[in-house]
Amino acid sequence: MVPVTTQVPELSGDELRRLYRLLTAVRQLDLAAVAWQRQGIIPGYAPELGQEAAQVGSAFAMDTSRDFIFPTYREMGTALTLGVDMVQYMATHQASWHGGLYDPVTTRLAPIQAVVGGSVLHAVGWAHGQRLAAQADATQADATAETAPPDGAPATATPSDGEPDAAPAAGLPAALTYFGDGASSQGDVHEAMNFAAVLKAPVVFFVQNNGWAISLPTEAQVAGGRVAARAAGYGMKSLTVDGNDVTAVVRATREALAHARAGHGPVLIEAMTYRRGPHSTSDDPGRYRTLDEERRDAGADPVALLAEQLLASGHADSDFLDAAQADALAAADTVRDGVQALRPRPGSEMFEFVFAESTQQLTDQASAWRKESEHD
Amino acid sequence: MQAALIRALTEIMEQNPRALILGEDVGRLGGVFRITDGLQQRFGADRVLDTPLAESGILGMSVGLAMAGFHPIPEVQFDGFAYPAVNQIVTQLARMNYRSRGTLPMPVTLRVPSFGGIRAPEHHGESLEALFAHVPGLKVVSPSNPHEAYHLLKYAAARPDPVIFMEPKSRYWQKGEVLPADGGSPLGSKVVRSGKHVTLIAWGAMVARCLQVAELAAEDGIEVEVLDLRWLKPIDAAGLAASVARTRRAVVVHEAPLTSGLGAEVAALVTERCFGTLRAPVERVTGFDVPYPSGDLEDEYIPNIDRILFGIQRVLEYRRG
Repeated sequence: MVPVTTQVPELSGDELRRLYRLLTAVRQLDLAAVAWQRQGIIPGYAPELGQEAAQVGSAFAMDTSRDFIFPTYREMGTALTLGVDMVQYMATHQASWHGGLYDPVTTRLAPIQAVVGGSVLHAVGWAHGQRLAAQADATQADATAETAPPDGAPATATPSDGEPDAAPAAGLPAALTYFGDGASSQGDVHEAMNFAAVLKAPVVFFVQNNGWAISLPTEAQVAGGRVAARAAGYGMKSLTVDGNDVTAVVRATREALAHARAGHGPVLIEAMTYRRGPHSTSDDPGRYRTLDEERRDAGADPVALLAEQLLASGHADSDFLDAAQADALAAADTVRDGVQALRPRPGSEMFEFVFAESTQQLTDQASAWRKESEHD
Repeated sequence: MQAALIRALTEIMEQNPRALILGEDVGRLGGVFRITDGLQQRFGADRVLDTPLAESGILGMSVGLAMAGFHPIPEVQFDGFAYPAVNQIVTQLARMNYRSRGTLPMPVTLRVPSFGGIRAPEHHGESLEALFAHVPGLKVVSPSNPHEAYHLLKYAAARPDPVIFMEPKSRYWQKGEVLPADGGSPLGSKVVRSGKHVTLIAWGAMVARCLQVAELAAEDGIEVEVLDLRWLKPIDAAGLAASVARTRRAVVVHEAPLTSGLGAEVAALVTERCFGTLRAPVERVTGFDVPYPSGDLEDEYIPNIDRILFGIQRVLEYRRG
């Protein structure tokens, strides 16, 4: 499979080495998390074996000083690439707190959530907000240049005639939203694509087509065979990329981001990959596919593929690969220690975060809980 | 009430540059009920956004806009069309502050033209208050007249939490003054008529009907107190209890079906707080457990004056068995 990237430069040796370290770290942590579930350290986990390159590559292309990423529940590789604290991320799988304990505002990673397609619309709203903010800034700058605005005048956006205004030189902040071939059959995903295309919102729709929606294969999930083909119906640019090849994913995402930042609207990337393991630690793939089918369909292993590329190009040697592996193992152990040290959140937090402005009813219920549960 | 709502929205948009209105036909048309009339001309197409026809999209997009620091005021055209958006409202909007441990508050005010009384087609008249009030993370309010519509909408839109704002569509064309805020708790209920024999508890369009009932009852020497509940989540339990403690009898009136309706919640709250002083069980006069009927049967479904009077009679004549 050939990526549709032609204008984006090849990756440097330094970038390739960093990507390898990330891929290895994700692979090890993913394998470790499955083991932790078997050992009773965490109650459940959604493995991503085989999707490392799709997640690491796409997240690697983002500018987390201004972009925002909208994940599902299977984006550990994305989170790790963004620099999210992995203990705080794993806290959701450890059952400490829905959505994890990390701060989505500072990490630029929205909370993990399980309604597939639910967060795809949020990306469109967030991205549209960036366009509005940029236009308001531009309007304010113009007004300041021409005449000083009256004191306290609100920054209002200029009425739009429906055509995108010129984006600032640096381009717009962009949203990246993940979903799978299964979620592509959700109505929210179609509404999101239509809204984004109508509004020319700077959003990149990143489909990890891993071949399976739990037990249902893509051909039974996606009419027409490809999610990327749907982009044409929305007048949207699309790219299909080998999701096992991290360099192809980085370049495709960079190309898509450049398009979105320039104010040309959304882009759909379909990364063809394969969910090598089960859907979750409760799943039994043996009920719906054979080992022979897995071997036949899985394609190249993303980590092994980059190792071959590094060795062949001379950007790294086997010592580098060994060191990356050792570091990844050590990092996974550190995360395990952190996860094991997590204690249940104080019960009072149940009540604290329901509203930004709480209610008397919740205050009363918290008081009753404290009294009746002897938490005073 | 329409004029009061337009005035409130205009002031909200003037005072808060991060406020945005979005929905189907809210811009060029000014909304199917004209509640956003003239606002797009005044504030521009970016701040009063005509969206594609997709309610889940409107609410999901509002969640994302809130994450970007905006204060969206989405509209769904009719209550029955809020159902397609329920997933985004319940699984996303209501939970984002919780899920993010308070880092992503959701200052979203969803305006929903609500309830029946206009002989509209199917799905154009529903009573969703119990559905939304049951969802943790949502607040629900319904105004009963132009004054309340203006003040409650302004208050709701200034909140950092999601508020479902249920506008009684049968009252849109009701005339009435908007007076200055009265200084009471903006989260409280209001006694809109004082009486000593029984408290009628209602919200939205049913408040006006209960006031009519009170007039008629007065002719028979029955002094009816009418309480406008205003907030359906959180319910002003103290205000409820204070009124019923005086009258010792309560009838709750709502358009929604009886079973698991908010009347049950009101009755439970009153019973918890006033059990010792109540002279009769709390009565409910409500819609029936049937799909919202078509226009010809609407008057049979919505609590009418006679049914409310019967409810009052039941609590007045109750004798301990």
